[in-house]
Amino acid sequence: MDENEIIERRACISGVGQSDIGRRLFRDPLELTLDGCLAAIEHAGLTTADIDGVSTYPGPMGTPAGFSGAGAYDVMDALRLNCGWYGSGLETSGQLGSVVNACLAVASGLATHVLCFRSVYEGSAQGDKGRSAVMPGGGGGDRGGGGFKASGFMQWNLPFSAPSAAIWIAMFAQRHFHEYGTTREQLAWIAINARRNAELNPKAIYRDPMSMDDYMAARMISSPFCLFDCDVPCDGATAVIVSRRDRAKDLRNPALRVEAVGVRIDGRPSWDQFDDLSTMTNRAAGKQLWERTEYRPSDVQTAQLYDGFSWITMSWLEALGLCGLGESGPFIEGGTRIARDGQLALNTHGGQLSAGRLHGYGFLHEGATQMWGQAGERQIARPPEVGVIAAGGGNTCGCLLLVRE
Amino acid sequence: MPDVKETAPPFRILPKLNDRNRDFWTAGARGELRFWRCQDCGFYIHPPQPLCPMCYSKNMKTEAVSGRATLATFSVNHQPWMPGPELPYIVAIIEIIEQPSVRLTTNLVDCAPDEARIEMPLRVTFEHHPDPEGDIYIPLFRPDVERGE
Repeated sequence: MDENEIIERRACISGVGQSDIGRRLFRDPLELTLDGCLAAIEHAGLTTADIDGVSTYPGPMGTPAGFSGAGAYDVMDALRLNCGWYGSGLETSGQLGSVVNACLAVASGLATHVLCFRSVYEGSAQGDKGRSAVMPGGGGGDRGGGGFKASGFMQWNLPFSAPSAAIWIAMFAQRHFHEYGTTREQLAWIAINARRNAELNPKAIYRDPMSMDDYMAARMISSPFCLFDCDVPCDGATAVIVSRRDRAKDLRNPALRVEAVGVRIDGRPSWDQFDDLSTMTNRAAGKQLWERTEYRPSDVQTAQLYDGFSWITMSWLEALGLCGLGESGPFIEGGTRIARDGQLALNTHGGQLSAGRLHGYGFLHEGATQMWGQAGERQIARPPEVGVIAAGGGNTCGCLLLVRE
Repeated sequence: MPDVKETAPPFRILPKLNDRNRDFWTAGARGELRFWRCQDCGFYIHPPQPLCPMCYSKNMKTEAVSGRATLATFSVNHQPWMPGPELPYIVAIIEIIEQPSVRLTTNLVDCAPDEARIEMPLRVTFEHHPDPEGDIYIPLFRPDVERGE
């Protein structure tokens, strides 16, 4: 092996699939997962007999409720897959860490076609009780918690009534506002752009038009975030197939080469102890991605960047060098640059803010769909040849640069 | 006089005490904010861990700091995630003046939401929560009037 080889280029994205998606479907989460998986396998032009690897994020987890619809074993058993390699886990470079693992598995020869998936049912799990129903210690009696005590990582935020990533990320955003003069009027464009795109996405959760006035009138959640800065919990599963690139010529879709990945973490793997509160661990992941390719940020024609909270997208724009450090506010202001027909089509399915919190994989699904020219009404006029996909926030961040062959 | 608020506190999820975190969560009874500190290189260590992250020494003990801090960032929370303080309340990340790399997520109290300013000086105040497994003194922070706020 050439020690300088960028080994992820041995891998490509060959197919994508999705289950039904809804605010609350009240369906068996494993059924949704399998629907998404079978759709992706078929889309790649493969059969289950061709799949010899499985990768997922985060793997089986009982709490928070609805966070994980199925683990790798569930899918391997239900589809009777034989695997040369498989794995799952929460401690990786964001949701896309599971896709990077799959790339490494096919690059090493342990597998040829890896089924990767992310499945959620947070909408149904919350039921009619709202987000507090799935908070640790929430809903446990009239004083809440019912004697529950916080340990480990949660002891440093639960006693301060700070149980949600909404608050943790809001504090990063506030610091960014302080250092760079970023405003809510700028932040709003992430949400407005997402909604404009969601209007053309039949699977999106929220499709009604949203104006700046609508945004400013929304109730505050945790400053500077209002309701429309927070993604919408939903039910659904997304799957992608990572294949050996040298087998792609036999497949249905042109290979989307994994040109480079970014998974590095510099600094403490922590939300509140991270050294620079105006960036996140995506700082190093974005840098690593560009160190592994001759392509430059100006080559990127579409960016699908995680928006669990709107400001995270701004942070990724900076971390990936798509705009200067601290300049994401002016970059997105007015929404023309990031529109579907702008210089950098951003979150063209509506992001998690409007299309639903499919948790990272929705961005990869959308990027691939756009690059294959299969996005229907919301298709970018000239299907992008180069796209960047990023997911995660806080202490867990990863990104991919894809090039259509 | 230890700065301890003895009026009925709001509901809070309390920490589960162990040998590593006990001083942090209980020393407020004496008005002290205590952190583990490496006795070989002087580094303050938080959250607690079995060795110093700088020199890997296990020669550590807890020491009181001044309780003075700086506001690194904050968020005014309006969402009722769980039973807790009256809405809206301010969640803050503070840096202790002895070693700003030691941060705490905490609440900024005795401060109107529109008066919170990043980099404002703060000092610790404790909220007493009686508990059968050991009383907890939650370290909160308020504007430090002596240092100009």
